[in-house]
Amino acid sequence: MSEVFRFDPLMLPPECETLRQEVRGFIAEERAAGRWRAESDFASSHSPAFSKRLGARGWIGMTWPKQYCGQERSFLERYVVTEELLAAGAPVGAHWVADRQSGPLILRFGNETQRREILPRITRGECFFCIGMSEPDSGSDLASIRTKAAPVEGGWLLNGRKIWTSNAHKAHFMICLCRTAPADAGDRHKGLSQLIVDLKLPGISIRPIKNLTGAEHFNEVLFEDVFVPGDRMIGEPGDGWKQVTSELGYERSGPERFLSSFRLVTEFIRRAGTNPEPREAEAIGRMLAHLATLRRMSLSVAGMLQKGETVNLEAAVVKDLGTNLEKEIPEIVRLVARRGRSPNQADMLEEALAYGVLYAPSFTIRGGTREILRGIVARGLGLR
Amino acid sequence: MSDSLVREVAGKLFADLVPPKLVNDAEAGEFPAGLWQAVSEAGFPDALAAAAEMPGDLAGMPDAAAILREAASHAAPLPLAETMIARWLLAGAGIKAPDAPLTIAPVERAGTLLLHRAGKGWRLAGSAARLPWGRQAAGIVAIVEGRVALLAAKAGDLRPGKSLAGEPRDDLSVDAEVEVKPAAAGVDAALVHRLGALSRAVMMAGALDEVLTLSVQYANDRVQFGRPIGKFQAIQQQLAVLAENVAAAGVVASAAVEAAAGKGDFAFAVAVAKARVGEAAGKVAEIAHQVHGAIGFTHEHRLHHLTRRLWSWRDEFGVESDWQQELGRLAAARGADGVWPLLTAW
Repeated sequence: MSEVFRFDPLMLPPECETLRQEVRGFIAEERAAGRWRAESDFASSHSPAFSKRLGARGWIGMTWPKQYCGQERSFLERYVVTEELLAAGAPVGAHWVADRQSGPLILRFGNETQRREILPRITRGECFFCIGMSEPDSGSDLASIRTKAAPVEGGWLLNGRKIWTSNAHKAHFMICLCRTAPADAGDRHKGLSQLIVDLKLPGISIRPIKNLTGAEHFNEVLFEDVFVPGDRMIGEPGDGWKQVTSELGYERSGPERFLSSFRLVTEFIRRAGTNPEPREAEAIGRMLAHLATLRRMSLSVAGMLQKGETVNLEAAVVKDLGTNLEKEIPEIVRLVARRGRSPNQADMLEEALAYGVLYAPSFTIRGGTREILRGIVARGLGLR
Repeated sequence: MSDSLVREVAGKLFADLVPPKLVNDAEAGEFPAGLWQAVSEAGFPDALAAAAEMPGDLAGMPDAAAILREAASHAAPLPLAETMIARWLLAGAGIKAPDAPLTIAPVERAGTLLLHRAGKGWRLAGSAARLPWGRQAAGIVAIVEGRVALLAAKAGDLRPGKSLAGEPRDDLSVDAEVEVKPAAAGVDAALVHRLGALSRAVMMAGALDEVLTLSVQYANDRVQFGRPIGKFQAIQQQLAVLAENVAAAGVVASAAVEAAAGKGDFAFAVAVAKARVGEAAGKVAEIAHQVHGAIGFTHEHRLHHLTRRLWSWRDEFGVESDWQQELGRLAAARGADGVWPLLTAW
């Protein structure tokens, strides 16, 4: 019998269910007021106005200490808010990275000035971040990045190029992974650092890159002799790799890793009606069996994160299974769904299906490719 | 006992008493009476019945599942799940259970078993396909709507058959007098079908654990091109998918066990578990055989003790598509906007 992975069962505590009802009430209000249309995916929406309303509810940075305007709620409570917003297709894209990733990073590794200046603004839904990791020659092999920060009087001089940077054109800051010391042949992970870069600084140019649908979500960001003040270094120079890898459990195990096609599931069920044909029922059941399983696994990881345990391996399992399901859902639906267009109104099923098919290639690439994740799992199995 | 302690005790018993030869001999028709005796002495067949606090409750399911998972990971060739369910049914109905291996009927939903009055007593008549271990069981416990009947095995006509794993799966034709009592409150044929499906999901989870262990071990041991094949990315990627499916199966089988013991929606949980674990079983068996190469296709290697059981169990008490349809109908009835609340309520 093998116990390679740990997925402890988790029952959400009662306060989470109370909070869930609050969030559902908020979403119902938003919908009744016609403030947004449901989006398929966390990455496909950007609404600063929505982020502000969410911030006013205390639902951004909600696990952070009160001294930085957080709510000191549990990680499980954050999970519930996040999954409810994603399932409803709420436009969470503007604050998404800051809330999930950048804020917690600054809280954990940043200095007091950074925390005081930035975290309260994030919680109010006024401050958005993007992730500066990938480069033209560095994707899965992240340690090979070449963007360089050279020490100068009072700070760092940043030169290089980041690519595939989602929402760089709409974000206030980038957390930029860069080299502050040359690569060490013995340990390539040395000499990497992270800087908080104000995207309005002189020397930065941001060029949108159209994705295959023609939409502009991601960008190329060029740094030419950009002066970044010294107090914008996160932690100590050289700590970058440790910082990047420490957050993987959070980035890879959340509900956004299996809900990107959930809107398609609900639209498919809407079209099938309350008394579906056998093959429709079978397709619904197949998708739900996978979704229910993944939610269990993902919640289990959330519970272990709440207890402070390291779950990078389990998170890789959730992301690989979850993102493959996200891709599988449009393939299941397209063969079974009743595809006649409904007259006089937008065809929500076709819209969600189009999104699912067209964006599917990105699901198993963003945030760690399928192959990298499986490599992590293989290492966990003792194969490498 | 805690689940983990039960699992440890059961794991040791099966590891000691189920060598590959015993599995092969059982397939050749020799019932492992010694193993059954040891299992009986350990109280395993009563894991469900003895733990019930009220007639028909499933408080014993966590212990029963821990035992079944271990039994399955060792490919123990016994009607253990069937006897557990049978004894629980009999106890709930107040019928004295024979101290011997038992099986249950029906396994397939399309059975035609009926009970009708005959004088002061009852007769059980009709047919039921593919009863597990039928010819080696001392009695067949049938559930017909809300009634439990105990049929002495010899009183029915059994046409022998076998599963893909070579275990007896016999077709019953019967028209005989039987002892009948009303089932415990809330217990009916649909619930027993769910318990059968849950037992197979749990057993598959156990066999999957062992297939993962064997496959990783083989990939580390087998050398080709001068290194263990597990060092090749092509193999690593396959084994990662295998392991992920094993993990998913374990999680969802355990969740259904919790639901049986009262935590959550049992109908939903079983449908999810049987559908998802069955899918994992097919995928995992396929990859495990590919990784093992020719040796895994031999009778000598014990991989097939597990994979043939996986292929057999995924078909019993409803195939994946049966449970997917049940789940799909259950969800669609709530309407499109009721599906998310259904998922989060579980």
